[in-house]
Amino acid sequence: MASLDVTDAARRPFTGRRVRFGDLVLQSVAGFAALGALVLVGLIAWKVIQGARLSISTFGISFVWHVAWDPVHNQFGAGSFLFGTVVTSVAALVIATPIAIGIAVFLSELAPRGIRGPVTALVETLAAIPSVVIGLWGLLVLAPLLRDHVDPALHRSLGFVPLFGPASYGSNVFTAIVVLTIMILPIIASISRELFLGVPSELKEGALGLGTTRWEMIRGVVFPYTRGGVAAAMILGFGRAIGEAIAVALVIGGFTGISVNFFNPGNTLASQMAQNYAGLQTAVATSSLLYLGLILLVFSILVNLFAQFIVRRAARRQGLAR
Amino acid sequence: MSSADLSMLQRPNDRLRRRRLVNRSMELLAWLAAALAVLILGVVIWSVARRGASALSFDFLTKAQAQYAPPNVPQGLANAFVGTFVIVGLATLMALPVGILIAIYVNEFASRGIRNVVTLTLDVLAGVPAIVIGFFVFVLIVVGHGQSGYAGAFALAVLMLPLVSRSTIEVLALVPDSLREAALGVGAPRWRATLGIVLPQTIGGVLTGATLAVARVAGETAPLLIVSSLAASGTHWNPAQPLQSVPVAIYELADSPDPADHARAWAAALVLILFILFVSLTARWLATRSRRKIAQASR
Repeated sequence: MASLDVTDAARRPFTGRRVRFGDLVLQSVAGFAALGALVLVGLIAWKVIQGARLSISTFGISFVWHVAWDPVHNQFGAGSFLFGTVVTSVAALVIATPIAIGIAVFLSELAPRGIRGPVTALVETLAAIPSVVIGLWGLLVLAPLLRDHVDPALHRSLGFVPLFGPASYGSNVFTAIVVLTIMILPIIASISRELFLGVPSELKEGALGLGTTRWEMIRGVVFPYTRGGVAAAMILGFGRAIGEAIAVALVIGGFTGISVNFFNPGNTLASQMAQNYAGLQTAVATSSLLYLGLILLVFSILVNLFAQFIVRRAARRQGLAR
Repeated sequence: MSSADLSMLQRPNDRLRRRRLVNRSMELLAWLAAALAVLILGVVIWSVARRGASALSFDFLTKAQAQYAPPNVPQGLANAFVGTFVIVGLATLMALPVGILIAIYVNEFASRGIRNVVTLTLDVLAGVPAIVIGFFVFVLIVVGHGQSGYAGAFALAVLMLPLVSRSTIEVLALVPDSLREAALGVGAPRWRATLGIVLPQTIGGVLTGATLAVARVAGETAPLLIVSSLAASGTHWNPAQPLQSVPVAIYELADSPDPADHARAWAAALVLILFILFVSLTARWLATRSRRKIAQASR
C-alpha cells in the first residue's frame, strides 16, 4: 500500500519539512468543509432564484413594488409586504433600541454585584424563548390586552397622528411591532452590554476623576467608544426583525394592502411566506412566494454585510487607537 | 481658602444640582429598562406555565395527535416530541462534524485572507432568515422528493452550522499556542497535534456551542412548516416520511379556533421552554467547566 510508506516515512525523525499524509488529509477534509460553507451560501441564493424564476419572468422587477396578492387572477406583488416589513422592523427598532441600551447600561455600570449575574441570565433567557412561543403568547394574551386597553387609549390620546387610527382588531401591525420589539430587545441589549464592558476602565475612571457624574461619564466616554458596535448591534436586531416569520404571522392578521394605521392588520415578507406555504396551488403563486424570499434574502444579506462592515471598521479603529 | 469657596463646596449650586438630577433620572431609566425586560420574561413564562400546566398530563406526553377525533378521546403530542427528537438529532449529526471541521480549517490552516472570507460567509449564513432556509430546502429537496424528516433535519443543520462553527472557532483561538508548539516539538504531525492535543482541550467549549445551537433550533418553526409538516397521524420514527414537530404543532394549534387546541398549544410551549431552559443551563455549566479547564492547561 502506497499510503503505508508515506506514514512510515512520517514517523522517521529529523526529516525536515515535508508534506505528511495525515496533515494533507486533515487539511483537505477541513478545507472542503470550509469550501462547503461558501458553496452552501451560493446554493441558497441559486436555488431561491431558480424557484423564483417563473415569477421573475412573469412580473419582472415591478413585482417588488406592485401591491397585489391575488391568486384567483394570478396577480402578485411584494409592495404590500415590503412596506409591512420595513414599517414593523423600523418601529420595533426605534422602540427597542433605547430600552436595550438602558438595560446594557444597567448591567454593565449600575447593577449591584448580587443582581448583575441573575439579570444578565434572565435577559439571555428572553432571547432563548422560541419565536413560536412568543407568537402564541402574542396572539392569545398580548393581542386581546392591546385591543381592549392599549390600542383605544393610544387612539384617544394620539389619534391626530394617522399612525394611531381607529382600532378594531387584536391582530394588527401594532401587535406585531410589540412582539418584534420583545424579540430584538435582548439581542441588542446583550451585544451592547458586552461592548460597554469592553470600555477600558482607565477612560471611565479618568472621566469620573475629572468630576463628571456617572451619566456624563457614560454619555461622554462609554457611548462614543462603543458607537460603531452599538450601531452594528442595532442592525443585527433589525436583520432579525425583518426575517422573523412565525411570531409575526401569528399576530399581524394577514392583510394585503398598504395602510398607515398601525391598528389595521397587515403582513410582512416573511409572515406572508409562512402563512401561504399550504396554499401553493399554482406554479406562479409558489414562484411568487420564492420571489418574496429572494427579496428577503437580498435584504438580509445587505443588512448583515453592513453590520459586519461597521464591526470590522470599529475594530480596526480601536486597534489603531491602542 | 475664602469663605465663599467653602460655601460653594457645602451647598451645591444649581448647575451641579441639575447635573445630579439628570444623572439620577438617567440611572432610574436604566433600572426601569432592566426591570421591564425581567417583567416581560416573567409575564411570558408565567402565562405559559399557568396555562400549560393544567393541560400537561401523562396522556399528553405519551399519546399522539389524532385527526378528527371525538373531543373526549385523550390526545397528546407524542408524535411531535418524537419528531422533534429525530429531526434535531439528525440535524446535530449533520452540523456538528462539518462545523468543527470548518473551525479547524479556519483556526489551524487558513491564511488570514481565507479566514476572513470564511468567517464573513458564516456571518452571512447566520443572518439568512429561517423561512428563506425553509424555502431553499423546499426547492432543493421537497420539489423533487416531497416533504420528509430528512429535509427538516437538513434545514435545521444549515441553521446550526454557523452557530457551531463560530463557537468552535472562538474556543480553538483560546487554546494557547504553547500547547501546539509542544506537540509539534516532540515530533507529532500536525494532524495529531490538532485532533489529539488541541481539539480535546476545546471539547467543553464545542459541546457548549453545540448545546446552545440545539436549544436554538429545537424551537425553530418556519423551515419545518415548509419541509416537514404534512405528517401522517400517529407516532413515527421514520425520517424518510414527514415528521410532526413541537414548534409546528404549537403554530397549528395556536391558529385553531378550538380552546382545547389552545390548551394543548400552551402545554407544548411549556414543554419546549422547559427543554430549552434545561439545555441552556447545561450549556452554561459546560462553559464554566471548560473555561476552568483551559485556564488550568494554559497555566
